[in-house]
Amino acid sequence: MTDRPVFANRLLPYLLVAPQLLLIAMFFLWPSAQAIYQALLRTDPFGLRTQFVGLENFRSLVSDPHFMDAARLTILFSLIVVVASLAIGLLLAVMANKPLMGARVYKTLLLWPYALAPAMAAVLWLFLFQPQIGIIARALAGLGVRWNFVLDGKQALMLVIGASVWQRVGYNFIFFLAGLQAIPRSLVEAAMVDGASSRRVFWSIVFPLLSPTTFFLIIMNTVFAFVDTFGVIDALTKGGPARATQTLIYRIYTDGVVYYNVTRAAVQSVILLALVVLFTALQFKYIERRVHYE
Amino acid sequence: MNKKLRKSLVSRHWVAHLILIVWIGVLVFPVYVAIIGSTHDAATIGRGLMPLVPGGHFLSNYVAAWKGGVGGRVVATPARVMMFNSLVMALGIAVGKIVVSLLSAYAIVYFRFPLRNFIFWLILITLMLPLEVRITPTYAVASSLGLVNTFAGLILPLTVSATGTLFFRQAFRTIPRELLDAAKIDGAGPLRCLLSVVLPLVRPNIAALFVILFIYGWNQYLWPLLMTTHKQMETVVIGIVKMLGGPEALVDWNVVMANAVLAMMVPVTVVILMQRWLVRGLVDTDK
Repeated sequence: MTDRPVFANRLLPYLLVAPQLLLIAMFFLWPSAQAIYQALLRTDPFGLRTQFVGLENFRSLVSDPHFMDAARLTILFSLIVVVASLAIGLLLAVMANKPLMGARVYKTLLLWPYALAPAMAAVLWLFLFQPQIGIIARALAGLGVRWNFVLDGKQALMLVIGASVWQRVGYNFIFFLAGLQAIPRSLVEAAMVDGASSRRVFWSIVFPLLSPTTFFLIIMNTVFAFVDTFGVIDALTKGGPARATQTLIYRIYTDGVVYYNVTRAAVQSVILLALVVLFTALQFKYIERRVHYE
Repeated sequence: MNKKLRKSLVSRHWVAHLILIVWIGVLVFPVYVAIIGSTHDAATIGRGLMPLVPGGHFLSNYVAAWKGGVGGRVVATPARVMMFNSLVMALGIAVGKIVVSLLSAYAIVYFRFPLRNFIFWLILITLMLPLEVRITPTYAVASSLGLVNTFAGLILPLTVSATGTLFFRQAFRTIPRELLDAAKIDGAGPLRCLLSVVLPLVRPNIAALFVILFIYGWNQYLWPLLMTTHKQMETVVIGIVKMLGGPEALVDWNVVMANAVLAMMVPVTVVILMQRWLVRGLVDTDK
């Protein structure tokens, strides 16, 4: 935009941004400040006295094995969900980018899960995998597999991961396809004329050109895996069995809303946030290294 | 299309076709089973005998779901109430976010005022802290404002929208300045320009953003979970999960599935009908 503003009004711009700013102040700034403040306090059991304890809360949390389990679980869970949904989304986009008959129909049939809430995807999966009545559950039992995710923590985790990835792939597919379609055909064709195999062409030319899309999707998927999967867990396992699917976000909900332990919830929220940032940064580094190496 | 061309389109890329079809099957299967489940009776499903073909209870299940959980073990809010709540919430959030971010973007792009950059930066940082991470204090604020169990409570805290502001800012910058200058010469003030010049030009952008935000609003989970304690205020996604009661509970699956199909129909229809806008909107917000 040029330096000269289009309009010279003094008061009007403030009025225009006022609604957004008011909402931000009330529902973002004030609660965020409170969350950080609460993370640094300790309240006595009756809520009568509060004491500023600095980083003490963080230290005691780190020595809590349940918390560390949840943190490790969250990292493992998110890693699998992000990598799987990105990889599958990319694969589908590459396939759909070829000159195929019915390409447009494929596109519609692949992106509709975007419309589903993660919790709804979980409900559908529950209906399939519920040990007593689920069709797939019965099939597994028929094959001799002891399927009962209500008792088996590993199975519960697999189920939650499955439902999350299932819902998420469509979103990544849309973006990867758009990214692929923005790459000029001539580039790819020129490389192939030079005798490069299609795998080489993909990793040396296409994938680096796709990296802005990839970076964007890494951020969005990471936030999804850390935060939006709450609905999946609440619908399928409620964090169980025995905390096998209790990721940090679910713990924050349990501590903050069910037990109303605001301090613990606030501390864990801060840690969750830090983890999201760290996780995203690490993935960036990994992809970047890959791109330059090729 | 001649035979040779068609043959090459299909057979040369048969691997691609295979992979795509397999995944589409993976996507469709759970929904298909859900629809089947909504056409049988509770006893058949409960005994684990449900087949893969439709049963005869389509009408009774959907009527039961729509009017109110009349299944033996399910006492649920009627689907029509829940769908209404979801609709109001989704529309409210979509419209609210669009209006609020449109106005902010307009001010930021077309005016120059002190604190302009600071305000823009402030809007941007809201992207970094999603609601779920500050859930307890935000709930405390909303509760102290008396917003629990109200539509305002469901909608307002979710109306903060950095993505909308960025989106419109991008869109406004593509509008040629000459159009606005011409309107100004004709004596139009800023609001006039907004209504007669800018808005008509960004209508496709608004459509795209509307689809994204409507889906976002309809599918909200954690926030409505906290904000609704009355059964009458439940949104359809929350209501269905509450019907499940946890992995061990005994449930009338036929009614639950009927509710689920009803709940899914709305956002899926919106996405399919407005697919072109949706894709455009998503890809544009990326930039």
